[in-house]
Amino acid sequence: MIDLATLTIVKARKALDAKEFSAVDLAQAYLAEIEKKNKELNAYLEVFGDVLEQAKIADEIIGRGESYALTGIPFAVKDLILINGKKASAGSKILENYVASYDATVIAKLKKQGAVFLGRTNMDEFALGSSTENSAYGVTRNPHDTVRVSGGTSGGSACAVASSMALGALGSDTGGSIRQPSAFCGVIGFKPTYGRVSRYGLMAATSSFDCVGPIAKNIQDAEIIFDAIKGTDALDSTTITETTYTKVNKKEKIVIGVPWELINQDGVNSKVKNNFKEMVKNLESLGFEIKDIKLPNCLALYYIINFAEVSTNLARFDGVRYGLHIDGKNLLEDYFLSKGKGFGKESRRRILLGTYVLSAGYYDAYYGKAQKARVALRTEFTKVFSEVDLILTPTAPGPAWKIGEKSDPLSMYLEDIFTVTANIVGVPAVSIPSGFTEVEGKKLPLGIQFMASHGAEESLFEVGKKFESIKNKN
Amino acid sequence: MEIKDVEALAELARIDLTEVEKQDLLKDFDSILAYVRAIEQVQIEDTESDIILHNIWRDDVSNQREYSKELITKQFPDSQDGFLKVKKIL
Repeated sequence: MIDLATLTIVKARKALDAKEFSAVDLAQAYLAEIEKKNKELNAYLEVFGDVLEQAKIADEIIGRGESYALTGIPFAVKDLILINGKKASAGSKILENYVASYDATVIAKLKKQGAVFLGRTNMDEFALGSSTENSAYGVTRNPHDTVRVSGGTSGGSACAVASSMALGALGSDTGGSIRQPSAFCGVIGFKPTYGRVSRYGLMAATSSFDCVGPIAKNIQDAEIIFDAIKGTDALDSTTITETTYTKVNKKEKIVIGVPWELINQDGVNSKVKNNFKEMVKNLESLGFEIKDIKLPNCLALYYIINFAEVSTNLARFDGVRYGLHIDGKNLLEDYFLSKGKGFGKESRRRILLGTYVLSAGYYDAYYGKAQKARVALRTEFTKVFSEVDLILTPTAPGPAWKIGEKSDPLSMYLEDIFTVTANIVGVPAVSIPSGFTEVEGKKLPLGIQFMASHGAEESLFEVGKKFESIKNKN
Repeated sequence: MEIKDVEALAELARIDLTEVEKQDLLKDFDSILAYVRAIEQVQIEDTESDIILHNIWRDDVSNQREYSKELITKQFPDSQDGFLKVKKIL
């Protein structure tokens, strides 16, 4: 019997290479767990039929003594990352039967290592949302309290890792979509620097914000997955190289900036505030210096650019070449009917809002202004990072909410207050579990978020490991 | 915003909406636009973009990419002789 609850990628690697169990054994253990739990949690939209065949190939690689870090490691993949020959629906009806015809670069990299893909995970349709409630295939429930959401948009991936239905997962992060569900489910969620990981084969939501990244059980595992998927890619011209950003020199004393004004506002849950203050104390006791900094609320800026790019990106789904096609009297009517039936409510909302902010009369006031504000914010961040090494906030202003609780779209948008900034600026960020808070008799996980300057993923792994060490001691 | 504005946007975006959906969207748009309008208040000095945009080129050689032509053509809603068939445009 493999103890999945305490298993990590590092432990599994050792056990696989020592032949304590095979990749097939491991895959079977996960399939059994999925069989047991997925019906209730709805983390997976599909479990692939060839899992054991994939595991056999991994076992052959291990048998030859040629294993990589991720050979035989069972993964969950968010439903908008393409795997050749497998369905990828992005949680939408419009792509319900779409089958990918090539591998995303991140998938090709993991395949080369012999990783095993268990299945595709639930998400908010086209990565638009914060709770996986916008999926056309039902909500993903939180493993810590099943009347609550798993967060979003990578809710299925975070839930799968948290409930031992996968050892690692891939998610995508446009405004917090890896970090926030990871915080809600009590796992690690890592968003790389923009361009560090190829977006080739990732369905675009907001192209200038989107990042693929890992969800894992601890920092070391997240680092291993990140190392496997990162790198310059000729197929994604926005990918960066090792030399795009100057490396940060290691310092004796790490300074962490905390935007207290933003955190102390009314919209932030008092339990989150208390937990956060406790974490700040822990970090101080570890020898980190804490400094008060100012960060603006960037939600308006974020959403204007999000609407604009989403409406542009989703325009390609028209029922002409693939996906849902509803036949009308003429081509124009085909478009209207296919899009009208295929897109869910939130997708339609954002397409129309994007059309609005990009339309002739409003372009300058909304989109043009937002782009200028974005440049200004980037400059401001450069200044902040000349004074501090890391920025710390809670990951989300509250713990996981109840399914259906946030029916007003704006109230959902406000949940992204701490996470969107990293995407606007393009810096790396990580959400790390920071304990639990008891709500209505259930223990709900909370998370804190570290941001680092462009290209400084290493500092995040370093602080993450130190932070985890105090948690393990307690 | 009025209902006719929602209709105009839906027309531009080629999305078929029911009357109820139009009403719902109108309500949402009022609150969302009121919120993002905060961008108007942001004071920005005339900053030059620090993001230097440039084209990324690759060598002019053909690279074989792994695609499944069969998977692509199989998903066409309508086809003829391996080509995608669409309704007449003009």
